[in-house]
Amino acid sequence: MLEFSLDARRGRFHLEVECAFASDWTVVFGPSGSGKSTLLRLLAGLDRPTRGRIALDAHALTDSATGLHLPAGHRHTALVAQQPALFPHLTVAANVAYGLRSLDRPARATRVAEMLALAGATDLASRRPQSLSGGEAQRVALARALAPAPRLLLLDEPFSALDGVASDALLERLQLWLKENQVQAVMATHDVTDALAMGAEVLLLREGRLAALGPAAQVLAAERERLMVRLQGRSD
Amino acid sequence: MDWQAFALSLRLATVTTAILLAIAVPLAALLVLGRSRWLAALEALATLPMVLPPTVLGFFLLVLLGPRTAFGRGITALLGHPLAFSFNGLVVGSVIYSLPFAVQPLVAGFASVDTALVDAARLLGAGPVRLVTSILVPLARRSLLAAIVLSFLHTIGEFGVVLMLGGDIPGSTRTLSIVLYNQVENFDYAAANHTAAILLGMSVLALALIYSKTQKPESAHGVGRA
Repeated sequence: MLEFSLDARRGRFHLEVECAFASDWTVVFGPSGSGKSTLLRLLAGLDRPTRGRIALDAHALTDSATGLHLPAGHRHTALVAQQPALFPHLTVAANVAYGLRSLDRPARATRVAEMLALAGATDLASRRPQSLSGGEAQRVALARALAPAPRLLLLDEPFSALDGVASDALLERLQLWLKENQVQAVMATHDVTDALAMGAEVLLLREGRLAALGPAAQVLAAERERLMVRLQGRSD
Repeated sequence: MDWQAFALSLRLATVTTAILLAIAVPLAALLVLGRSRWLAALEALATLPMVLPPTVLGFFLLVLLGPRTAFGRGITALLGHPLAFSFNGLVVGSVIYSLPFAVQPLVAGFASVDTALVDAARLLGAGPVRLVTSILVPLARRSLLAAIVLSFLHTIGEFGVVLMLGGDIPGSTRTLSIVLYNQVENFDYAAANHTAAILLGMSVLALALIYSKTQKPESAHGVGRA
Protein backbone atom coordinates (compact mmCIF):
# COMPACT_ATOMS: atom_id res chain seq x y z
CA MET A 1 0.00 0.00 0.00
CA LEU A 2 1.24 3.46 -0.93
CA GLU A 3 0.40 6.27 1.49
CA PHE A 4 1.45 9.86 1.20
CA SER A 5 0.80 13.30 2.55
CA LEU A 6 2.65 15.90 0.52
CA ASP A 7 3.05 19.63 0.43
CA ALA A 8 5.36 20.88 -2.31
CA ARG A 9 5.88 24.26 -3.95
CA ARG A 10 7.45 24.65 -7.39
CA GLY A 11 7.53 28.36 -8.19
CA ARG A 12 3.90 29.51 -8.19
CA PHE A 13 2.56 25.95 -8.32
CA HIS A 14 1.49 24.40 -5.04
CA LEU A 15 0.79 20.68 -4.67
CA GLU A 16 -0.99 19.64 -1.52
CA VAL A 17 -2.37 16.13 -1.48
CA GLU A 18 -2.92 13.40 1.07
CA CYS A 19 -4.19 9.90 0.29
CA ALA A 20 -3.53 6.17 0.25
CA PHE A 21 -3.59 3.85 -2.76
CA ALA A 22 -4.78 0.40 -1.81
CA SER A 23 -5.41 -0.81 -5.35
CA ASP A 24 -2.73 -2.58 -7.40
CA TRP A 25 -3.29 -0.14 -10.23
CA THR A 26 -4.15 3.50 -9.64
CA VAL A 27 -4.62 6.14 -12.29
CA VAL A 28 -3.75 9.75 -11.48
CA PHE A 29 -5.99 11.73 -13.78
CA GLY A 30 -5.96 15.45 -14.37
CA PRO A 31 -5.43 18.10 -17.03
CA SER A 32 -1.95 19.28 -17.98
CA GLY A 33 -0.47 21.35 -15.17
CA SER A 34 -2.58 19.72 -12.45
CA GLY A 35 0.51 18.31 -10.73
CA LYS A 36 0.59 14.70 -11.97
CA SER A 37 4.26 14.70 -12.95
CA THR A 38 5.24 16.65 -9.83
CA LEU A 39 3.47 14.03 -7.70
CA LEU A 40 5.23 11.14 -9.47
CA ARG A 41 8.66 12.81 -9.14
CA LEU A 42 8.06 13.25 -5.40
CA LEU A 43 6.99 9.62 -5.03
CA ALA A 44 10.07 8.49 -7.01
CA GLY A 45 12.38 10.47 -4.73
CA LEU A 46 13.69 12.71 -7.50
CA ASP A 47 12.38 15.78 -5.69
CA ARG A 48 11.82 16.53 -2.01
CA PRO A 49 8.54 17.88 -0.72
CA THR A 50 8.46 21.05 1.36
CA ARG A 51 6.71 18.96 3.98
CA GLY A 52 5.28 15.50 4.03
CA ARG A 53 5.61 11.77 4.29
CA ILE A 54 5.63 8.89 1.81
CA ALA A 55 5.37 5.26 2.91
CA LEU A 56 5.31 2.09 0.84
CA ASP A 57 4.01 -1.03 2.59
CA ALA A 58 4.37 0.81 5.92
CA HIS A 59 8.05 1.59 5.28
CA ALA A 60 8.78 5.32 5.24
CA LEU A 61 10.54 6.53 2.08
CA THR A 62 10.33 10.24 2.85
CA ASP A 63 9.48 11.91 6.13
CA SER A 64 10.23 15.59 6.49
CA ALA A 65 9.53 15.42 10.23
CA THR A 66 12.56 13.16 10.76
CA GLY A 67 14.58 14.41 7.79
CA LEU A 68 14.34 11.00 6.09
CA HIS A 69 14.60 10.99 2.32
CA LEU A 70 15.69 7.74 0.69
CA PRO A 71 17.35 8.71 -2.58
CA ALA A 72 15.85 7.68 -5.92
CA GLY A 73 17.17 4.24 -6.76
CA HIS A 74 17.10 3.15 -3.12
CA ARG A 75 13.33 3.03 -2.61
CA HIS A 76 12.36 0.09 -4.86
CA THR A 77 10.51 2.52 -7.06
CA ALA A 78 10.71 2.82 -10.86
CA LEU A 79 9.52 5.72 -12.97
CA VAL A 80 8.77 5.55 -16.69
CA ALA A 81 8.33 9.06 -18.05
CA GLN A 82 6.82 10.21 -21.32
CA GLN A 83 10.32 11.05 -22.51
CA PRO A 84 12.12 7.66 -22.54
CA ALA A 85 15.55 9.19 -21.71
CA LEU A 86 17.53 6.20 -22.94
CA PHE A 87 21.28 6.53 -22.55
CA PRO A 88 22.37 7.37 -26.12
CA HIS A 89 25.89 5.95 -25.79
CA LEU A 90 24.66 2.48 -24.74
CA THR A 91 22.88 -0.22 -26.70
CA VAL A 92 19.30 -1.13 -25.83
CA ALA A 93 20.51 -4.23 -23.94
CA ALA A 94 23.05 -2.17 -21.99
CA ASN A 95 20.34 0.37 -21.16
CA VAL A 96 18.13 -2.37 -19.71
CA ALA A 97 21.10 -3.86 -17.83
CA TYR A 98 22.10 -0.49 -16.28
CA GLY A 99 20.18 -1.08 -13.05
CA LEU A 100 21.27 -4.72 -12.68
CA ARG A 101 24.78 -4.24 -11.37
CA SER A 102 24.21 -6.54 -8.42
CA LEU A 103 23.55 -9.53 -10.71
CA ASP A 104 26.30 -11.62 -12.25
CA ARG A 105 26.69 -11.57 -16.02
CA PRO A 106 24.53 -14.64 -16.93
CA ALA A 107 21.72 -13.60 -14.56
CA ARG A 108 21.87 -10.09 -15.97
CA ALA A 109 21.62 -11.34 -19.55
CA THR A 110 18.65 -13.54 -18.65
CA ARG A 111 16.89 -10.67 -16.90
CA VAL A 112 17.49 -8.30 -19.84
CA ALA A 113 16.06 -10.87 -22.27
CA GLU A 114 13.00 -11.39 -20.04
CA MET A 115 12.28 -7.68 -19.74
CA LEU A 116 12.76 -7.01 -23.45
CA ALA A 117 10.39 -9.87 -24.22
CA LEU A 118 7.79 -8.47 -21.82
CA ALA A 119 8.01 -5.06 -23.49
CA GLY A 120 7.92 -6.60 -26.98
CA ALA A 121 11.39 -5.27 -27.73
CA THR A 122 13.47 -8.44 -28.07
CA ASP A 123 14.54 -7.55 -31.61
CA LEU A 124 15.93 -4.22 -30.48
CA ALA A 125 18.59 -5.53 -28.07
CA SER A 126 21.63 -4.58 -30.13
CA ARG A 127 20.24 -1.30 -31.48
CA ARG A 128 21.28 2.20 -30.38
CA PRO A 129 18.59 4.49 -28.95
CA GLN A 130 19.07 7.01 -31.77
CA SER A 131 17.82 4.43 -34.28
CA LEU A 132 14.58 3.68 -32.41
CA SER A 133 11.15 5.11 -33.10
CA GLY A 134 9.34 6.88 -30.25
CA GLY A 135 7.19 3.83 -29.52
CA GLU A 136 10.19 1.47 -29.54
CA ALA A 137 12.06 3.77 -27.18
CA GLN A 138 9.11 3.78 -24.77
CA ARG A 139 9.05 -0.03 -24.78
CA VAL A 140 12.77 -0.11 -23.96
CA ALA A 141 12.30 2.50 -21.20
CA LEU A 142 9.63 0.27 -19.65
CA ALA A 143 11.89 -2.80 -19.83
CA ARG A 144 14.74 -0.83 -18.22
CA ALA A 145 12.54 0.42 -15.39
CA LEU A 146 11.15 -3.05 -14.59
CA ALA A 147 14.50 -4.86 -14.75
CA PRO A 148 15.60 -4.13 -11.15
CA ALA A 149 12.29 -5.60 -9.87
CA PRO A 150 10.72 -2.53 -8.25
CA ARG A 151 7.95 -2.71 -5.65
CA LEU A 152 6.28 0.41 -7.03
CA LEU A 153 6.03 1.33 -10.70
CA LEU A 154 5.23 4.93 -11.62
CA LEU A 155 4.14 5.58 -15.19
CA ASP A 156 3.90 9.13 -16.51
CA GLU A 157 1.97 8.88 -19.80
CA PRO A 158 4.45 6.20 -20.80
CA PHE A 159 2.89 4.92 -24.03
CA SER A 160 1.96 8.16 -25.72
CA ALA A 161 4.01 7.26 -28.80
CA LEU A 162 2.40 3.83 -29.23
CA ASP A 163 -0.73 3.38 -31.32
CA GLY A 164 -3.93 2.32 -29.52
CA VAL A 165 -3.74 -1.39 -30.36
CA ALA A 166 -0.05 -1.71 -29.43
CA SER A 167 -0.58 0.31 -26.27
CA ASP A 168 -3.54 -1.83 -25.16
CA ALA A 169 -1.66 -5.08 -25.81
CA LEU A 170 1.37 -3.87 -23.88
CA LEU A 171 -0.76 -2.62 -20.99
CA GLU A 172 -2.52 -5.97 -20.77
CA ARG A 173 0.81 -7.86 -20.62
CA LEU A 174 2.19 -5.37 -18.15
CA GLN A 175 -0.80 -5.57 -15.80
CA LEU A 176 -0.57 -9.36 -15.78
CA TRP A 177 3.16 -9.25 -15.04
CA LEU A 178 2.72 -6.68 -12.27
CA LYS A 179 0.06 -8.83 -10.64
CA GLU A 180 2.26 -11.95 -10.80
CA ASN A 181 5.18 -10.05 -9.33
CA GLN A 182 3.13 -8.10 -6.77
CA VAL A 183 4.18 -4.70 -8.03
CA GLN A 184 1.91 -1.77 -7.30
CA ALA A 185 1.47 0.68 -10.20
CA VAL A 186 0.49 4.32 -10.40
CA MET A 187 -0.11 5.76 -13.86
CA ALA A 188 -0.55 9.45 -14.64
CA THR A 189 -2.61 10.37 -17.66
CA HIS A 190 -4.73 13.21 -18.99
CA ASP A 191 -6.47 10.86 -21.45
CA VAL A 192 -9.91 10.03 -20.09
CA THR A 193 -10.28 6.95 -22.32
CA ASP A 194 -7.07 5.50 -20.84
CA ALA A 195 -8.35 6.09 -17.33
CA LEU A 196 -11.77 4.62 -18.03
CA ALA A 197 -10.53 1.64 -20.03
CA MET A 198 -8.55 0.27 -17.11
CA GLY A 199 -11.42 0.43 -14.66
CA ALA A 200 -8.92 1.15 -11.96
CA GLU A 201 -8.93 3.29 -8.85
CA VAL A 202 -8.62 6.92 -9.97
CA LEU A 203 -7.15 9.92 -8.19
CA LEU A 204 -8.51 13.10 -9.73
CA LEU A 205 -6.09 16.02 -9.40
CA ARG A 206 -7.08 19.62 -10.00
CA GLU A 207 -4.60 22.47 -9.60
CA GLY A 208 -2.46 20.46 -7.23
CA ARG A 209 -5.33 19.35 -4.98
CA LEU A 210 -7.09 16.02 -4.61
CA ALA A 211 -10.54 16.48 -6.19
CA ALA A 212 -11.72 12.86 -5.88
CA LEU A 213 -10.50 9.32 -5.25
CA GLY A 214 -12.41 6.15 -6.09
CA PRO A 215 -13.48 3.78 -8.86
CA ALA A 216 -12.97 5.16 -12.38
CA ALA A 217 -16.64 4.98 -13.35
CA GLN A 218 -17.57 7.03 -10.30
CA VAL A 219 -14.76 9.60 -10.24
CA LEU A 220 -14.81 10.16 -13.98
CA ALA A 221 -18.59 10.04 -14.45
CA ALA A 222 -18.74 13.60 -15.78
CA GLU A 223 -15.80 13.04 -18.17
CA ARG A 224 -17.37 9.79 -19.31
CA GLU A 225 -20.66 11.54 -20.01
CA ARG A 226 -18.89 14.24 -22.00
CA LEU A 227 -16.99 11.60 -23.98
CA MET A 228 -20.19 9.69 -24.77
CA VAL A 229 -21.93 12.86 -25.96
CA ARG A 230 -18.98 13.69 -28.19
CA LEU A 231 -18.91 10.17 -29.66
CA GLN A 232 -22.66 10.23 -30.21
CA GLY A 233 -22.39 13.58 -31.92
CA ARG A 234 -19.81 12.15 -34.31
CA SER A 235 -21.88 9.05 -35.12
CA ASP A 236 -24.98 11.21 -35.90
CA MET B 1 66.74 24.87 -29.28
CA ASP B 2 66.76 24.19 -25.52
CA TRP B 3 65.62 20.56 -25.48
CA GLN B 4 65.93 20.39 -21.71
CA ALA B 5 63.43 23.25 -21.32
CA PHE B 6 61.21 21.68 -23.98
CA ALA B 7 61.16 18.34 -22.11
CA LEU B 8 60.58 20.11 -18.79
CA SER B 9 57.64 22.08 -20.23
CA LEU B 10 56.08 18.89 -21.59
CA ARG B 11 56.59 17.12 -18.25
CA LEU B 12 55.11 20.03 -16.32
CA ALA B 13 52.10 20.25 -18.63
CA THR B 14 51.49 16.48 -18.51
CA VAL B 15 51.69 16.21 -14.72
CA THR B 16 49.57 19.36 -14.25
CA THR B 17 46.91 18.15 -16.71
CA ALA B 18 46.68 14.75 -15.00
CA ILE B 19 46.26 16.35 -11.56
CA LEU B 20 43.78 18.89 -12.93
CA LEU B 21 41.60 16.16 -14.41
CA ALA B 22 41.50 14.33 -11.10
CA ILE B 23 40.35 17.56 -9.42
CA ALA B 24 38.23 19.14 -12.16
CA VAL B 25 35.98 16.18 -13.09
CA PRO B 26 34.52 15.71 -9.57
CA LEU B 27 34.49 19.47 -8.97
CA ALA B 28 32.58 20.16 -12.21
CA ALA B 29 30.15 17.34 -11.42
CA LEU B 30 29.57 18.81 -7.96
CA LEU B 31 28.97 22.27 -9.44
CA VAL B 32 26.44 20.89 -11.94
CA LEU B 33 24.66 18.29 -9.82
CA GLY B 34 24.98 19.81 -6.35
CA ARG B 35 22.25 21.85 -4.70
CA SER B 36 24.15 23.65 -1.94
CA ARG B 37 23.92 27.44 -1.83
CA TRP B 38 27.70 27.53 -1.37
CA LEU B 39 28.36 26.15 -4.84
CA ALA B 40 28.20 29.60 -6.46
CA ALA B 41 30.99 30.75 -4.13
CA LEU B 42 32.97 27.58 -4.91
CA GLU B 43 32.59 28.15 -8.67
CA ALA B 44 33.71 31.77 -8.27
CA LEU B 45 36.76 30.59 -6.33
CA ALA B 46 37.59 28.01 -9.02
CA THR B 47 37.30 30.70 -11.70
CA LEU B 48 39.35 33.31 -9.83
CA PRO B 49 42.74 32.31 -11.34
CA MET B 50 41.33 33.17 -14.77
CA VAL B 51 41.01 36.86 -13.90
CA LEU B 52 43.88 37.14 -11.43
CA PRO B 53 47.10 38.52 -12.99
CA PRO B 54 49.58 35.58 -13.18
CA THR B 55 52.32 37.58 -11.48
CA VAL B 56 49.96 38.34 -8.57
CA LEU B 57 49.05 34.67 -8.24
CA GLY B 58 52.73 33.72 -8.48
CA PHE B 59 53.63 36.27 -5.80
CA PHE B 60 50.93 35.02 -3.41
CA LEU B 61 52.07 31.44 -3.91
CA LEU B 62 55.71 32.41 -3.46
CA VAL B 63 54.87 33.99 -0.12
CA LEU B 64 52.50 31.20 0.93
CA LEU B 65 54.98 28.42 0.12
CA GLY B 66 58.02 30.27 1.42
CA PRO B 67 59.54 30.44 4.92
CA ARG B 68 57.47 33.52 5.88
CA THR B 69 54.32 31.52 6.58
CA ALA B 70 53.60 28.60 8.90
CA PHE B 71 52.11 26.74 5.93
CA GLY B 72 55.30 27.18 3.90
CA ARG B 73 57.49 26.14 6.87
CA GLY B 74 55.26 23.09 7.39
CA ILE B 75 55.57 22.05 3.74
CA THR B 76 59.33 22.52 3.89
CA ALA B 77 59.57 20.39 7.03
CA LEU B 78 57.38 17.74 5.42
CA LEU B 79 59.23 17.54 2.08
CA GLY B 80 62.69 18.38 3.33
CA HIS B 81 62.95 21.29 0.89
CA PRO B 82 60.89 24.39 0.06
CA LEU B 83 58.32 24.12 -2.70
CA ALA B 84 59.21 27.50 -4.14
CA PHE B 85 61.91 27.33 -6.84
CA SER B 86 61.31 23.61 -7.43
CA PHE B 87 59.54 21.58 -10.09
CA ASN B 88 56.91 20.46 -7.57
CA GLY B 89 56.26 24.09 -6.67
CA LEU B 90 55.70 24.81 -10.37
CA VAL B 91 53.19 21.95 -10.50
CA VAL B 92 51.26 23.43 -7.55
CA GLY B 93 51.25 26.86 -9.18
CA SER B 94 50.26 25.48 -12.57
CA VAL B 95 47.39 23.44 -11.15
CA ILE B 96 45.94 26.52 -9.43
CA TYR B 97 46.57 28.80 -12.41
CA SER B 98 45.03 26.44 -14.99
CA LEU B 99 42.14 25.19 -12.81
CA PRO B 100 39.46 27.31 -14.54
CA PHE B 101 40.60 26.09 -17.96
CA ALA B 102 39.87 22.52 -16.88
CA VAL B 103 36.74 23.18 -14.83
CA GLN B 104 34.83 25.54 -17.13
CA PRO B 105 34.63 23.27 -20.24
CA LEU B 106 33.62 20.36 -18.02
CA VAL B 107 30.92 22.38 -16.26
CA ALA B 108 29.56 23.43 -19.67
CA GLY B 109 29.71 19.84 -20.96
CA PHE B 110 28.11 18.26 -17.90
CA ALA B 111 25.40 20.93 -17.79
CA SER B 112 24.49 20.17 -21.42
CA VAL B 113 23.64 16.55 -20.57
CA ASP B 114 19.86 16.15 -20.46
CA THR B 115 18.70 16.12 -16.83
CA ALA B 116 16.22 13.37 -17.76
CA LEU B 117 19.22 11.06 -18.34
CA VAL B 118 20.66 11.98 -14.96
CA ASP B 119 17.28 11.30 -13.33
CA ALA B 120 17.02 7.96 -15.17
CA ALA B 121 20.45 6.89 -13.91
CA ARG B 122 19.61 7.95 -10.35
CA LEU B 123 16.36 5.98 -10.48
CA LEU B 124 18.34 2.93 -11.54
CA GLY B 125 20.54 3.23 -8.47
CA ALA B 126 23.55 5.14 -9.80
CA GLY B 127 25.45 6.95 -7.05
CA PRO B 128 27.49 10.09 -7.72
CA VAL B 129 30.63 8.24 -8.88
CA ARG B 130 28.78 5.99 -11.32
CA LEU B 131 26.69 8.91 -12.53
CA VAL B 132 29.86 10.78 -13.45
CA THR B 133 31.81 7.88 -14.93
CA SER B 134 29.00 6.15 -16.82
CA ILE B 135 26.81 9.07 -17.91
CA LEU B 136 28.36 12.54 -17.61
CA VAL B 137 31.89 11.83 -18.82
CA PRO B 138 30.93 9.65 -21.83
CA LEU B 139 28.27 12.15 -22.93
CA ALA B 140 30.54 15.14 -22.44
CA ARG B 141 33.68 13.58 -23.91
CA ARG B 142 34.30 16.52 -26.26
CA SER B 143 34.26 18.86 -23.29
CA LEU B 144 36.69 16.51 -21.56
CA LEU B 145 38.99 16.72 -24.58
CA ALA B 146 38.70 20.51 -24.54
CA ALA B 147 39.56 20.56 -20.83
CA ILE B 148 42.62 18.36 -21.40
CA VAL B 149 43.94 20.38 -24.33
CA LEU B 150 43.29 23.78 -22.77
CA SER B 151 44.91 22.76 -19.47
CA PHE B 152 47.94 21.36 -21.29
CA LEU B 153 48.40 24.40 -23.53
CA HIS B 154 47.77 26.90 -20.80
CA THR B 155 50.47 25.24 -18.69
CA ILE B 156 52.91 25.05 -21.59
CA GLY B 157 52.54 28.76 -22.25
CA GLU B 158 52.43 30.12 -18.69
CA PHE B 159 55.05 32.66 -17.78
CA GLY B 160 54.16 34.94 -14.88
CA VAL B 161 53.51 32.21 -12.33
CA VAL B 162 56.56 30.22 -13.46
CA LEU B 163 58.89 33.20 -13.22
CA MET B 164 57.59 34.32 -9.83
CA LEU B 165 57.38 30.90 -8.23
CA GLY B 166 60.11 28.96 -10.01
CA GLY B 167 62.64 31.51 -11.19
CA ASP B 168 64.96 30.27 -13.91
CA ILE B 169 66.74 27.10 -12.81
CA PRO B 170 67.87 24.94 -15.77
CA GLY B 171 66.42 21.42 -15.61
CA SER B 172 64.20 22.30 -12.68
CA THR B 173 62.07 25.37 -13.40
CA ARG B 174 63.28 26.76 -16.76
CA THR B 175 60.42 26.21 -19.17
CA LEU B 176 60.12 27.18 -22.85
CA SER B 177 58.43 30.47 -21.96
CA ILE B 178 61.38 31.42 -19.73
CA VAL B 179 63.79 30.41 -22.48
CA LEU B 180 61.92 32.67 -24.91
CA TYR B 181 62.07 35.54 -22.43
CA ASN B 182 65.83 35.03 -21.97
CA GLN B 183 66.41 34.91 -25.73
CA VAL B 184 64.55 38.17 -26.26
CA GLU B 185 66.38 39.79 -23.37
CA ASN B 186 69.67 38.76 -25.01
CA PHE B 187 68.49 40.12 -28.41
CA ASP B 188 68.82 36.61 -29.87
CA TYR B 189 65.75 37.06 -32.06
CA ALA B 190 66.55 34.14 -34.37
CA ALA B 191 66.47 31.68 -31.48
CA ALA B 192 63.46 33.49 -30.00
CA ASN B 193 61.63 33.10 -33.31
CA HIS B 194 62.38 29.40 -33.25
CA THR B 195 61.13 28.95 -29.68
CA ALA B 196 58.03 31.09 -30.32
CA ALA B 197 57.27 29.11 -33.48
CA ILE B 198 57.33 25.86 -31.48
CA LEU B 199 54.93 27.28 -28.85
CA LEU B 200 52.68 28.68 -31.57
CA GLY B 201 52.70 25.41 -33.56
CA MET B 202 51.72 23.40 -30.48
CA SER B 203 48.82 25.78 -29.78
CA VAL B 204 47.54 25.73 -33.36
CA LEU B 205 47.74 21.93 -33.56
CA ALA B 206 45.91 21.50 -30.27
CA LEU B 207 43.17 23.97 -31.18
CA ALA B 208 42.74 22.26 -34.56
CA LEU B 209 42.30 19.00 -32.66
CA ILE B 210 39.65 20.52 -30.38
CA TYR B 211 37.70 22.12 -33.22
CA SER B 212 37.85 19.00 -35.40
CA LYS B 213 36.26 17.06 -32.56
CA THR B 214 33.73 19.70 -31.52
CA GLN B 215 32.35 20.78 -34.88
CA LYS B 216 29.81 17.96 -34.85
CA PRO B 217 26.83 18.53 -32.59
CA GLU B 218 26.84 16.70 -29.24
CA SER B 219 25.34 13.22 -29.50
CA ALA B 220 21.59 13.07 -29.12
CA HIS B 221 20.86 12.98 -25.43
CA GLY B 222 17.38 11.64 -25.62
CA VAL B 223 15.67 9.49 -28.03
CA GLY B 224 14.94 9.70 -31.23
CA ARG B 225 12.50 10.01 -33.92
CA ALA B 226 8.81 9.35 -33.34
